[in-house]
Amino acid sequence: MESQTLPYIALGITVAFSVGIAMVILVLNRLLGPHRMNAEKGAPFECGSDPVDSPGKRVNVRFYVVAIFFVVFDIEAVFLFPWAVLYRELLATPAFGMLALAEVVVFLGILAMGLWYVWGKGALDWAFDAPASRRNHG
Amino acid sequence: MTDPIVSAMVFYALAAFTLVAAGFVALSGNIVHSAFALFATLFGVAGLYAYLSADLLAVVQMLVYVGGISVLVLFAVMLTSGLDGPLTSNPTFRLGGGIVLMLAVAAAAFVAATAVPSGVESAAVPTTAAIGDALLGAYVLPFEVVSVVLLAALVGAVTLARGYKGGHR
Amino acid sequence: MTIGLPQYLVVSGVLLALGLFAIVTRKNAVAILMGVELVLNAGLLNLVAFSRFGGGLDGQVFALFGIVLAAAEAVVALAIVLQVFRARRSVDASKACELKE
Repeated sequence: MESQTLPYIALGITVAFSVGIAMVILVLNRLLGPHRMNAEKGAPFECGSDPVDSPGKRVNVRFYVVAIFFVVFDIEAVFLFPWAVLYRELLATPAFGMLALAEVVVFLGILAMGLWYVWGKGALDWAFDAPASRRNHG
Repeated sequence: MTDPIVSAMVFYALAAFTLVAAGFVALSGNIVHSAFALFATLFGVAGLYAYLSADLLAVVQMLVYVGGISVLVLFAVMLTSGLDGPLTSNPTFRLGGGIVLMLAVAAAAFVAATAVPSGVESAAVPTTAAIGDALLGAYVLPFEVVSVVLLAALVGAVTLARGYKGGHR
Repeated sequence: MTIGLPQYLVVSGVLLALGLFAIVTRKNAVAILMGVELVLNAGLLNLVAFSRFGGGLDGQVFALFGIVLAAAEAVVALAIVLQVFRARRSVDASKACELKE
């Protein structure tokens, strides 16, 4: 039992040590460093443009549509994992290999119809909602 | 397995993390905090799946729930409220009934859980190939129907979101 | 001290209770959906736990389909919430009780 616990203790010491070092450095920095804040210092420095707007405003619905595509095709990828792990094994028997391939082709084909639909709708274009909003609001 | 005490400590840490985060989801007055706590809760559940040696499920939970759905929820929060708009849902709304219901369900779950036998833990083996086998064999019809469900969800959601003109440019 | 089925069932029961609490007490439709996600996760955790403790792999396959259905549900439900918000500038679920505008 002891030999099994030992790696965990070592891991715990490593984690505690690295977290401790980081904390000590942060605290020392706060305690010892001078703090003379001014507007110039508070501005984003060379790592971004000045903010043009409040981040608290409502975001555009296009982001949501992109998120929908992401979730749907994410799930498609998820179902390919177990299939891909198994496929090499199934190829040993050609009939099984073809059957597995056919099954996954049907799966992908149905989802490709979805891709085709949203493509045809223009939902993949970034400005896709402009005509629809004109129709609904004017 | 490894040392049972360390193992149990890992489980309790995961469970505590999950449940505290879930508590924030249910009780926080700020919906943005709720959304981020949901993120943490789903992460904790993924950890519990990994602890149950359901490796594929843990990865799927990370990919679909943590990476997908919680981002979707966060977008919905930002699309409908805005971060500095009125955020809280009214916490006094049916609060008493909610507390009674929560305690009753938790008590019932506790009683039921202590009544079941501890069960025999099956050996921790990789599950991905076995699940793939099930998906291509016994569960091939649900597997194909899933793509139809996803197609319907995609078409429905895009159609619903299309006419929407929200937010600013 | 060993972790068996009861421990998982308690965790999932508390998760279910918190999710139900969120569903019952929240007015914001998005927050209600978060409660639904908690309840779904409680159920899926149960499935995986039962599958681990003597159930075979079927529980895990079912949980996989459950995750996918939850994702599809979330996608469509949030799109509906967005449409409700667009129609009445509010996500208050208790006010969205008419079928007609």
